[in-house]
Amino acid sequence: MYSQGLIGAKTDSGEDQAFLDAFQRRIDAEEKIEPNDPMPEGYRRTLIRQIGQHAHSEIVGMLPEGNWITRAPSLRRKAALLAKVQDEGGHGLYLYSAAETLGVSREQMTEELLSGKAKYSSIFNYPTLTWADIGAIGWLVDGAAIMNQIPLCRCSYGPYARAMIRVCKEESFHQRQGYEIMLTLCRGTDAQKEMAQDALNRWWWPSLMMFGPHDSDSQHGDQSMRWKIKRFTNDELRQQFVDATIPQAEFIGLTVPDPELKWNEERGHYDFGAIDWDEFWRVVKGGGPLNTERLEARQKAWDEGAWVREAALAHAEKRKLRREAARVAAE
Amino acid sequence: MEDRSALVTFLLRLADDHLILGHRLSEWCGHAPMLEEDLAMPNIALDLIGQARALYQYAGGVEGKGRSEDDLAYLRRERDYLNCLMVERPNGDFAHTMLRQFYFAAFMHPFWEKAMESQDAMLAGIAGKAVKEVAYHIRHCGEWVIRLGDGTEESTARMQAALTALAPYVDELFESDAVTAAMAEAGIAPSPASLRAPFEATVQSVFAEAFLDAPAAPWAKTGGRQGLHSEAMGFLLAELQYMQRSYPGANW
Repeated sequence: MYSQGLIGAKTDSGEDQAFLDAFQRRIDAEEKIEPNDPMPEGYRRTLIRQIGQHAHSEIVGMLPEGNWITRAPSLRRKAALLAKVQDEGGHGLYLYSAAETLGVSREQMTEELLSGKAKYSSIFNYPTLTWADIGAIGWLVDGAAIMNQIPLCRCSYGPYARAMIRVCKEESFHQRQGYEIMLTLCRGTDAQKEMAQDALNRWWWPSLMMFGPHDSDSQHGDQSMRWKIKRFTNDELRQQFVDATIPQAEFIGLTVPDPELKWNEERGHYDFGAIDWDEFWRVVKGGGPLNTERLEARQKAWDEGAWVREAALAHAEKRKLRREAARVAAE
Repeated sequence: MEDRSALVTFLLRLADDHLILGHRLSEWCGHAPMLEEDLAMPNIALDLIGQARALYQYAGGVEGKGRSEDDLAYLRRERDYLNCLMVERPNGDFAHTMLRQFYFAAFMHPFWEKAMESQDAMLAGIAGKAVKEVAYHIRHCGEWVIRLGDGTEESTARMQAALTALAPYVDELFESDAVTAAMAEAGIAPSPASLRAPFEATVQSVFAEAFLDAPAAPWAKTGGRQGLHSEAMGFLLAELQYMQRSYPGANW
């Protein structure tokens, strides 16, 4: 997810070389950068963008899964899905808080999401059409997110790295839960197995796209690597994900929809077919199946909740005034 | 055995209240007025679904016909659901949802407190866990009733509208019949009428802080305990039961 967050990020700063060198020495010594430490503006901007987009992905990501809460097929699954979607909201909350340490407010970030200025992971613009999609999202999407996020636990920015430790624990639980949904379907009736295969067919390629463009097309990866915001390149992480996921698919008897997929003995990795980058860019730029609907849903919740947020503020103010008045009267 | 069928009916009423209200609340997930409520509402819904599961499992066991929690939750017909009408009401706005939740929690808290001393050990066990959860629901939703009641002009008007809309559904919570009488007689559960005073105390203290007056209901709406529901119920069940009905007998 986060790799997509870097598309278009400006990493250049106006600081002098001595400052930049001193900062780089701290990074190279694996020191954590904390909110009040001096940092290059480019570093701050890159992180705000990345953490903000990560937070937005968690929030928008509640929608495709939330779509199945009321239709979950058993009470056990309903409870697990509710808990999972709630976890995603919790991740959004930590991440907004981590971004706030860099001097940006949650309201500002929300406005940027709603105006379309800030992005979120392209994967959430695809629809959840069957119950198996809930399994596929847990297995593949959370699986891909973990590949991205485990290295972020060692990110040079302290608040982000620490938020990621808890997020990764929960994501890893979600990933196993998703895989277990798929496993159950694959051991079930023919219709269930067919549902699982169909979900894999639809979610496989968008999951690979989650790692972002090829390294050769990724403009800002190098600086992020030097600043140790990022520890591995997009292609390295994508390869790790494919290598880890193929045996899991085989174990439950599902076929990854890629005729070119094969084990490469020499490389010690799976070779896989070409990603449709036209589709990727179309979805990133707003042309995915549900980009409009996702933002409309967020906008609706925000607009319809305005009177509630205003009331909460007004009530807090009234309470404060009454306390003041009581204090004055007592004196 | 007559007692046993009364106990099953009693447990199903209680379980259905929790399932249906949990279902309604979960509809908010991802659409709340603020992120904190996107966490709080699913959290309360989870408590309710958890309580429903414990009650269905127990009901299935007492009934002794081999029905699982999912058989009971998903595979009955509309007329066989025994929840009160308040819980099936569509969510409406946030004021309506919070007031509905507050009423239900204010009713359930004294119920679970008494049920902790139930002659029925299983119900007492379920009560021990639920009572703590529902105390939090009262606090959370009560605070919202206060904030919205004593917030802006708009929020006060919305809360007043919610009070008017929900007033006719309050009395049904306290309805007595042969089933509730049998439960009270056997020391299994408190009689609904005995819960009115603690319910009113909770409600009045919150309304006083919110500067709200509860309008007297011109009439009470009732029928849920006999499986007579509103038109909204069928649609709720169509959604809830979709997978179980589409793939009969499948394991999920």
